[in-house]
Amino acid sequence: MSLTNKVTAEDILRISGVDASRCMQCGKCSGACPNYDEMDYHPHQFAAMVRKGKITELMESKALYQCLSCFACSQRCPRGVEPAKLIEAVRLSVIRQKGKNYMTADALPEKLDEKIPQQALVSAMRKYSK
Amino acid sequence: MTYGYYPGCTLKTKAKELDVYGRLAAQKLGILLEEPENWQCCGGVYPQGEDEIATKLSSVRTLAAAKEKGQDLVTLCSACHHVLKRVNLDMKNNETIRQRANNYLKLDTPYGGETEVIHYLELLRDKVGFDNLKNAVVKPLKDLRIAPYYGCLLLRPGKEMGFDDPEDPTVMEDFIRALGATPVKYSQRNECCGGYVTLENKDAAKRRASTVASSAADAGADLLITACPLCLYNLEANAGPSALPVKYFTELLAEALGVKEEL
Repeated sequence: MSLTNKVTAEDILRISGVDASRCMQCGKCSGACPNYDEMDYHPHQFAAMVRKGKITELMESKALYQCLSCFACSQRCPRGVEPAKLIEAVRLSVIRQKGKNYMTADALPEKLDEKIPQQALVSAMRKYSK
Repeated sequence: MTYGYYPGCTLKTKAKELDVYGRLAAQKLGILLEEPENWQCCGGVYPQGEDEIATKLSSVRTLAAAKEKGQDLVTLCSACHHVLKRVNLDMKNNETIRQRANNYLKLDTPYGGETEVIHYLELLRDKVGFDNLKNAVVKPLKDLRIAPYYGCLLLRPGKEMGFDDPEDPTVMEDFIRALGATPVKYSQRNECCGGYVTLENKDAAKRRASTVASSAADAGADLLITACPLCLYNLEANAGPSALPVKYFTELLAEALGVKEEL
């Protein structure tokens, strides 16, 4: 299903509260990211692409679902840009659209094992669906 | 000393040790932890969107209930602590979020971030004091080399969490010393365990967990301690051959204070 609603850089600014134009592309965020290898677009690229208005590409990115929300990127940014918030804002722009949930409760039973904590399920549902 | 206490959902189910040993130890230290009635799940992750209001409301209800009782609110789970602390700061500092959340909740008195959110480790460090804790220990854990696993959520973002130095924390090492054990410092102690991504990309979570566990093992640790049920799960289930035993910090605390019971 294609994305129906156009999302602009202004929308990402409004949702994230992050001014991507402050980014100086030093790459420290991507260097700090513990899940860098799993991402097609990396944290510093989110900042650059939001600035250029390339939101559609980011909305189709698999990196949206690989971010661990560990805040290493935000912590280590020397310009206070908080890439984690940019990634979250783009992810929200996708999953808020009809039919665009990335993971639903139906998918959970087969992912469960005896020890998995409720915290994991609640967190994944918050991150991957609306 | 009486505090409000927010256990969170996982501490009632898969992480009972974190909760029960935390309560037993607090009692021994003369701290009364009062659980509010009808608390709701914090949601597990802090909703970063500035326009996310509904997902912040359960935290606001908990925070406002503590304010009504005039209590500081103690947390144990790293994730609950992270969510409650950051939502509380939003209610204090972000006028739009504060106004919109209060419009939804229609409390008798609007909530404006008045409650202090304190993690159990901060309680030990700042209210009890590690010297006093050391004096209360009846069974020092003297032969143990313990790797403290901080993970992400207690420390970052440092400006908001205000928990410790986010890149070179010491509170868990000081805690371990107070119990009579030896802390082991290792490079991955504040890097992510893989978090909820264990449900989406198991291989990536396995790489993260094994990196953390092998970093601690290489530094000579006997076991890892954590304050987070999801960290414990990842470090146990996803670390593969490099896995070390993992315990909640409260279990060792209860043991050292001589109040540990088998669950």
